[in-house]
Amino acid sequence: MLCIHSMYSGINISQTDARPMYLQIMEQIRARIAARDWPPGKELPSIRALAAGLNVSVITIKRAYLDLESEGVIVTRHGKGSFVAEVNGLAGELKQEQLAEHLARAAEIGRVLGLTEDELTARLRAALKHLDKK
Amino acid sequence: MNDKHIEMRGVRKVYRFFTLDDVSLALEPGQIMGFVGPNGAGKSTTLRLLMGMVAADAGEIRVLGHEIPKAQAAAKRDIGFVSAEMRLLPHTTLGWHMEFMKSIYPQWDGGYAATLVKRFNLRPEQNARSLSLGEHVKATLLLALARRPRLLILDEPTTGLDPVARHEVISEFMDVLRDENRSILFSSHNTVDVERISDTITFIDRGRIVASDEKEKFLDRWRRIQVQLPPGVTLPALPNIVKHEVDGQFLTLTTNEYSEGLRNLMGPHVTHVHRMNLEEIFVANVMFHREARTQ
Repeated sequence: MLCIHSMYSGINISQTDARPMYLQIMEQIRARIAARDWPPGKELPSIRALAAGLNVSVITIKRAYLDLESEGVIVTRHGKGSFVAEVNGLAGELKQEQLAEHLARAAEIGRVLGLTEDELTARLRAALKHLDKK
Repeated sequence: MNDKHIEMRGVRKVYRFFTLDDVSLALEPGQIMGFVGPNGAGKSTTLRLLMGMVAADAGEIRVLGHEIPKAQAAAKRDIGFVSAEMRLLPHTTLGWHMEFMKSIYPQWDGGYAATLVKRFNLRPEQNARSLSLGEHVKATLLLALARRPRLLILDEPTTGLDPVARHEVISEFMDVLRDENRSILFSSHNTVDVERISDTITFIDRGRIVASDEKEKFLDRWRRIQVQLPPGVTLPALPNIVKHEVDGQFLTLTTNEYSEGLRNLMGPHVTHVHRMNLEEIFVANVMFHREARTQ
């Protein structure tokens, strides 16, 4: 039982965080999926196991799973459990969001540095080349 | 199998200086219900009625499908009851109590009891007289938990425990709930614990149930709304406002049924909408009902 505790020890619930507990849990599950620590198809802990592991009520975990399901991040198969959704749906969307964020940030910094559009796209091409070399 | 673990309907109990009236409660298997109320609200009386320790003057009580108090013996085989006032018998040890429980309850789980002794940092050979308050509480909880009852009824189980002990005890409660056929009803005025682990919450005040619902619904519906009204502007009549405080141009409204529609009624004058924690909801709810009852 102690090992189950430590299995989710990375998920934290803060009493000083103004957001409700289910939102805090959703965010941390999304982060694990986006980071591929929880790859597509991975089975999520059962609602009761996660509740016991985090010392949080069953209804709170249920709410978090239901909302993640409606976002398409996880899929629940009746009687079988919940799984991380396959890439194209959920994790893909999360990555898309991350990409959009980083691109927006890069565009901003480019403007601050006074780079032209061509200069900025050249930098992106260079970054891609660098990645290929690795 | 899907029968409710606890069902109280219209229960009434009259004492000389206190009346518990029209109390209705329902607890489903697999759930934790937090039972919250100020001192003297009727929490302990309600729990004692459930245990058949006192008889109701009116109403129906069923626990684990058994009629109470008539069939209380059958129900109690599968109920673990702990009250913060309980103490081990003087001149005995925890070990003596464990042997005693083992001799009367066939489902006593000696292995689990030994695990709990370690987790709660207790010494079975220590004389009960030298136990601290917290150790008494943990010892009585151990004696109830190791019977693995289907229903745990706990009266202020975390009172008198330090934060570490509270954490240990709450972890054990959550472990019980891994089994969806078991349930817990616990009373407390520690709203932080209640907010964290309860599926449903029932508020009681002055002998009456004030509200009973899923925890998430309380947290979703209640909001404190701050409004700044320029001179000469007034708000339209607003529904579901339980508290209304005015300080010059600044208004603070508390609602028990927040919605976008309600916000839109207040137009552009809303400056902040705050979620409320369970303690704030509890206090606002109790004060609102007290006002309603005295009017």
